[in-house]
Amino acid sequence: MLTLDVQYFAILREQRGLTQERLTTAASTPAALYEELRQRHGFTLPAERVRAAVNDAFVAATAPLRDGDRIVFIPPVAGG
Amino acid sequence: MAAFSLSSTPIDPATLQRALGDVRAGACVTFEGWVRNRNDGHPVQSLEYEAYAALAEREGARILGEARARFALLGAAAAHRVGHLQLGDLAVWVGVTAEHRGAAFEACRYIIDEAKARLPIWKKEHYADGATVWINCATRGEHGGGARPPP
Repeated sequence: MLTLDVQYFAILREQRGLTQERLTTAASTPAALYEELRQRHGFTLPAERVRAAVNDAFVAATAPLRDGDRIVFIPPVAGG
Repeated sequence: MAAFSLSSTPIDPATLQRALGDVRAGACVTFEGWVRNRNDGHPVQSLEYEAYAALAEREGARILGEARARFALLGAAAAHRVGHLQLGDLAVWVGVTAEHRGAAFEACRYIIDEAKARLPIWKKEHYADGATVWINCATRGEHGGGARPPP
């Protein structure tokens, strides 16, 4: 099991009702963690429309997570 | 100030442009993105921008670095607002300098296009009827059945 810090932005922040949380999970990749959170909190965005960042750098959905990582799921962006 | 910045207060284009001043430059191209009153046929009343600041600043600096590597630039800078903006407000500013105008036009276009596609910044539109929508985040069953086309 890993202990991770998750930060939420934009639509995910609103759907989670939090800006961040610490959680313990059996998920070992961003893809697995997103699926766990999506089912638990009813996130409307499917996994294929969300990117992941770990410790402030973009990572692949299948990148290994490590204990203590800070992870952010990035909804489709709309700057400019 | 870093060449790429996020700002929770109004962007001052004159200050940003002055910082690019360079007697070697024969061209300065700037782009301003403004909050407009319609999107996809809906009357817009205001906009909220939210950013994942640490990654947006890193990615913004990377985009400026790419532009400097690809085009013959002398300087490049950009700024993006966060927070609640009103119609007509300046949302994003890009400025580049070069010896000649060709590189400056191309680089300015490159930077704003990449910024829109890559920066972890989100936009929530507020409509006249009180509804709000996170742009590009609609899913099937919402708002007529699909994501809106990119602006």
